[in-house]
Amino acid sequence: MDTVADKQKREDSLNGVGCSRKRKEDARFIQGKGNYTDDIKMPGMLFADMVRSPYAHARIISINTEKALALPGVHAVLTAADLKPLNLHWMPTLAGDVQAVLADEKVHFQYQEVALVVADDRYIAADAIDLVEVEYEELPVLVDPHKAMTAEAPILREDLVGKMEGAHSTRKHDNHIFNWQAGEKDATDRVFDAAEVTVSQDMVYHRVHPCPLETCGCVASMDKINGKLTVYLTSQAPHVVRTVVSMLSGLPESSVRIVSPDIGGGFGNKVGIYPGYVASIVASIVLGVPVKWVEDRMENISTTAFARDYHMRGELAADSNGIIKALRVNVLADHGAFDSCADPSKFPAGFMHICTGSYDIPVAHLNVDGVYTNKAPGGVSYRCSFRVTEAVYVIERTMDVLAQKLGIDKAEIRRRNFVKKEQFPYTTCLGFELDSGDYHTALEKVLDAVDYKGLRREQEEKRANGELMGIGLVTFTEVVGAGPSKSCDILGVGMFDSAEIRVHPTGSVMARMGTITQGQGHQTTYAQIIASELGITSDEIAIEEGDTDTSPYGLGTYGSRSTPVGGAATAVAARKIKAKAKKIAAHLLEVSEDDLEWEVDRFKVKGVPGQEKTMKDIAWAAYNNVPEGMEPGLEAVDYYDPPNFTFPFGAYLCVVDIDKDTGVTDIRRFYALDDCGTRINPMIIDGQIHGGLTEGYAVAMGQEMPYDEEGNLLGNTLMDYFLPTFVETPKWETDYTVTPSPHHPIGAKGVAESPHVGSIPTFTSAMVDAFAHLDVTHMDMPHNAYRVWKQIKALGLLDN
Amino acid sequence: MAKQAVSFTLNGKTVDVLVEPRELLIHTLRENLNQTGAHIGCETSHCGVCTVDIDGESVKSCTLLTVQTAGSDVKSVEGMATADGLHVIQQAFVDEHGLQCGFCTPGMLMRAYRFLQENPDPNDEEIRWGMSGNLCRCTGYQNIINAVRTAAKNLQQA
Repeated sequence: MDTVADKQKREDSLNGVGCSRKRKEDARFIQGKGNYTDDIKMPGMLFADMVRSPYAHARIISINTEKALALPGVHAVLTAADLKPLNLHWMPTLAGDVQAVLADEKVHFQYQEVALVVADDRYIAADAIDLVEVEYEELPVLVDPHKAMTAEAPILREDLVGKMEGAHSTRKHDNHIFNWQAGEKDATDRVFDAAEVTVSQDMVYHRVHPCPLETCGCVASMDKINGKLTVYLTSQAPHVVRTVVSMLSGLPESSVRIVSPDIGGGFGNKVGIYPGYVASIVASIVLGVPVKWVEDRMENISTTAFARDYHMRGELAADSNGIIKALRVNVLADHGAFDSCADPSKFPAGFMHICTGSYDIPVAHLNVDGVYTNKAPGGVSYRCSFRVTEAVYVIERTMDVLAQKLGIDKAEIRRRNFVKKEQFPYTTCLGFELDSGDYHTALEKVLDAVDYKGLRREQEEKRANGELMGIGLVTFTEVVGAGPSKSCDILGVGMFDSAEIRVHPTGSVMARMGTITQGQGHQTTYAQIIASELGITSDEIAIEEGDTDTSPYGLGTYGSRSTPVGGAATAVAARKIKAKAKKIAAHLLEVSEDDLEWEVDRFKVKGVPGQEKTMKDIAWAAYNNVPEGMEPGLEAVDYYDPPNFTFPFGAYLCVVDIDKDTGVTDIRRFYALDDCGTRINPMIIDGQIHGGLTEGYAVAMGQEMPYDEEGNLLGNTLMDYFLPTFVETPKWETDYTVTPSPHHPIGAKGVAESPHVGSIPTFTSAMVDAFAHLDVTHMDMPHNAYRVWKQIKALGLLDN
Repeated sequence: MAKQAVSFTLNGKTVDVLVEPRELLIHTLRENLNQTGAHIGCETSHCGVCTVDIDGESVKSCTLLTVQTAGSDVKSVEGMATADGLHVIQQAFVDEHGLQCGFCTPGMLMRAYRFLQENPDPNDEEIRWGMSGNLCRCTGYQNIINAVRTAAKNLQQA
């Protein structure tokens, strides 16, 4: 009986888009059967360990490997001298620079890779690295990026001296990497000169590290008989790694197989290609056996992929009602010793030009200078899309400063400046086309949910009692889903992504994507998309990613691009299958395609009850009874080049109480409303938001990578580097609105990074708000108790 | 370095291994016994992804010598599920979405296994303190707390 209830039952049984189905990947993880890189064991496998520089800047006088090589169980010690004949002692970075694989004559940062030891096991390898004798001559060290382009600064990159045409611009100084600008400088300056009100705020977005619990590593295995190199590797972008390895090694891409197995968290740490990978590959090629290299936690924090280190000035020009007339942002970007950011090629400062935020700003100018210092390379997107965290931070902080100067409530000043719902699609003055949004609704929903007015009243009372309570508010807009290949590429490869779907004769599905999950739950959410498109239960849809021999080429998972790009490819590939299925159904039912309508999991002949073919029927027929002239089978591939980015947004509010005597903070309440468009799996979305908020809390409240003046990194173990535990992590409240992306096939925008991007300025907003009545306009992160206590002391608030 | 013979019980079965005195239990479990559920995250006892249960206590196996476990009763995540199915705690982690990348999960489960014997009916505050030796970078802990609470309830009803 074909009733509404039956239709609903069939719909529910798909476990498709919109349902909080349990995750398909959990079974292996809860039983200890995940397969991470360090779990991989191959016959004859050796272990590599890295000799690293104790100095931040030094000339290498000599390297003596004799004692290490004499240790039983040591097979090789590789140095730059060994890699030079292969031309592998330097490698290209994803940012148009080069990076030393093993230090060539000079070291440029503390812990830089100097030699690779290969031994029978990790204990012998660890013994052997202590036996490698390296003689250094120390050189003057450059730590402060503000001094990088001065006349007296030591020159770091001798390999670039005199090469003043950089990958992105002319270089102004030997320590200069690039200058990048967006917007109209003169027009912006003119508005500032004539403005009723202007504000200017300097702020440091400090250097941090993504620090996933699994460090980076690889197992490289050169099969000399078949001429095939296989590398298991913790990579968020395995296909790009294959291309780079092919280019570096000279092996055809078809002879290189990169496998990203299960990945223990990425957060941007695992996008880049690191010296340890390249050196291990060389070691395997030289020795003819598999070589495993896995960094330890100190190596991870010290060398692979820091994030941020943006020294910013945000300026706003406005009228006396707080209506913004212009924005000016200046950035000094510390990229460390090599420019190894992983941004789309044309954007050396990533998407920093989303710094106009959620606001209708007539004119703006952004200026970014990148410089070298004697610090680890990186500048990766730590749970964000290419500098979007920095952009959101500078605009949201500067908005608060403007509100404070004008005596306008921070919610009200945002209301007055929002891009309005009816203005979408809205082209920002720095060139993004915001696809959709409803900022006013999001903000009001949050303010109502927390009783904002009540909170302000409470704050007044507390202030009267001398207590410190702050309310932080942020209304952010992200740009994710890189990206349209007309503007976005990595090493010349357009940033499309891909999906290949095969429907088997019995109607189950195997699908492979060019992306790679690191905890986001792709095996579940991609299956849900296909389930809803094809009417096949997601329980019977298997998803595979990460093996470059089997999956279609894709740019990988970072910058919240899986759902906007890979998810779109998945939906479009499914629709290609559905189009073929419709032809087969018409053939089976002996009607025209126009006579058919789709319902949940089947094509029905319009107006003829009972005349129908389910997708399972059609799948079977696809292998034995297709229309004349049609090729059999039921599969499709889609390489999806998105027409635009997607623009998730949200409104976050935080309430903090600060202990006046100790500077200890208590995040009493954090309310996060996210709009990521269509919601594929609400359970997974909530999980992503909890995680992103917690990482945002870590960055804002404790994480930092301080260097002393000699370039020593102070704090690269989990004793010093702050990862929040169960105890200090706040309780998160989540909420949502749904404003689908008009250009995405299912309207989804991506979500995992919003909570990180949005929460960090919210914490700072709350911390500053606690002191706002004392004319404090900004406090740099991290807001740890000591730094907050110093602020309290400086304001004379200590009782004794 | 001369190797030493060490015997202990792993998930109910006696195992005999030949190890250097300096070998850490996590390496013996992972390399020698092919039990790769417990992971390595910091090697300094901070992160807890290597947590196993030894003689009724949660232990971080990255900072314990294998020779110290001679004669001990060691349980790892691989021993949680039985022929009857998943352990109640494992099921609760699935039901409450208490894991994402899965790297911390084996250690988290082993800690929850011991914690819920130490405190069978914990409130959220007690869960937070009781589990605080194990770090997670993905979940923000909230759903793990829900999972431990759910597991406690289900264990009591079992």
